[in-house]
Amino acid sequence: MNLNTLKYCLRQGVVSLRRNFWLALITSGMIAVSLAILGGFLLVALNVGQMLHSIAGNVEISVFLRDDADPEQIRSRLTGLNGVREYTFVTKEQGLADFGRALGDSALFVDLAGETNPLPDMFRVRAGDSALVETLAGEIRAFPGVEFVDYGKELVARLLSITRWLNALFLSVSSLLAASAVFLIVTIIRLSVMARQEEIGVMKYLGASNFFIRAPFFLEGMVMGWAGALTAAVALGAAYQRLAFSLQREALIFFLQPVTDPEKLWPVFAGLLILGTVMGGLGSLVSVRRFLRA
Amino acid sequence: MIEMRKVTKNFGVNGEPAVADVSMQIESGEFVFLVGPSGAGKSTLLKLIFCEQQPSSGRLYFLGRDTARFRTGELLKHRRRIGMVFQDFRLLKQKTVFENVAFALEVIGRSAREIRMKVPAALVEVGLAGKASAFPGELSGGEQQRVGIARAIVKDPLLILADEPTGNVDRDNSRQLMGLFEKISLGGTTVIIATHAWDMVDRMRKRVLALEKGRLVRDEQRGGYSDES
Repeated sequence: MNLNTLKYCLRQGVVSLRRNFWLALITSGMIAVSLAILGGFLLVALNVGQMLHSIAGNVEISVFLRDDADPEQIRSRLTGLNGVREYTFVTKEQGLADFGRALGDSALFVDLAGETNPLPDMFRVRAGDSALVETLAGEIRAFPGVEFVDYGKELVARLLSITRWLNALFLSVSSLLAASAVFLIVTIIRLSVMARQEEIGVMKYLGASNFFIRAPFFLEGMVMGWAGALTAAVALGAAYQRLAFSLQREALIFFLQPVTDPEKLWPVFAGLLILGTVMGGLGSLVSVRRFLRA
Repeated sequence: MIEMRKVTKNFGVNGEPAVADVSMQIESGEFVFLVGPSGAGKSTLLKLIFCEQQPSSGRLYFLGRDTARFRTGELLKHRRRIGMVFQDFRLLKQKTVFENVAFALEVIGRSAREIRMKVPAALVEVGLAGKASAFPGELSGGEQQRVGIARAIVKDPLLILADEPTGNVDRDNSRQLMGLFEKISLGGTTVIIATHAWDMVDRMRKRVLALEKGRLVRDEQRGGYSDES
């Protein structure tokens, strides 16, 4: 390949995009739609993941102490325990007040205060990871002075199984959507290549190398894929921003907070751009290949 | 330049061969008519020479090289030494006359400078100097075929292969196109024309290769379209 060929291929890619403007526009549009569906689904998956994580992260281990227990000793053991995110000590008096408040009448247990308080002192422990809750509970239960430990065993088990199930579902649906986006992109580009079958045939008769025939299509495919992906990313980004903003303002429940951390969001958008561009280019190569035989 | 030794081309498993047991030689600078009824194997013979298809058996040599042994690079080089002219012109409709002719040089990586020099010269040669910026759709059949010929000769080929070049043009234009091929041949380029235009063949009295059912039935210097003519 010489410089003239390279210059020609670049120029030809641009010229052909201009000449086949509407076909290119429709192709890009369809790529945008298929990638937007995939991207939208990935964003939903990301948010559901965060939601589950935040629910699981808020599961509390209640550690009830015996009357003769030394809270300081237990506190120091909790500090040294791996996987504990935070803990708070709740005295029996505080516990009674909380209980009353939870039942809607803070004066309800006034009579029970002091010596007659039936509640024990307790620690509320939160794990860094919901998968660790069960192990942590087991370890804490063995501490001297611990009467018993409660952590909503069923809820944790259910959350874990839902998380696993949703992860598998999201993985398979995203793979399916990604595969169908790829298939769609390749098909659309194949149509646009077929529309120019005659040109490819003429090129062959004129002695063009396969590289020479492929290069402009490859370039064109990449540009169409990139443009489609960019459109999808911008539209999705704008829609998500609006939705996230209104959710943040209106959703008071902690676990409905949408993902807004750019660190978590950019891989979705970058992934769409890369997928669109690469698929556009590869789709063109695959589509042109069948016309190059002989 | 071209030598065929017992070349056969089969299509399908039990079908009649398109080209059967053809042996012949064509020297550089020759002007050859390939005649015969439709389906006699003329087009297949041209495709074999162009290496678009390979013989099922037998050998085909081009400039002493066995074409079956061409590697990819050699195949490209081979095709670049050949100018093809088609009955249906095969011009790119969205390109101007100039661009169509320039395309032949662009696809083989020639410089813009060379293109600027050679394309107008080729258009002058075929008598279309004034139509450089026209699109094929704006030209008559004869003019379109001239563009096709300009595209074939612009890269200075050793050989021109023309498949029914006058099939879509009127008599006057046919005569002019044949005159053009003759002029090209006088410049030293080998010309092989597959044709049904019996009057042209009879008038020009060039070497005639006649095919029937894939077989070479006549090879005659200064021949006519049929045995009797």
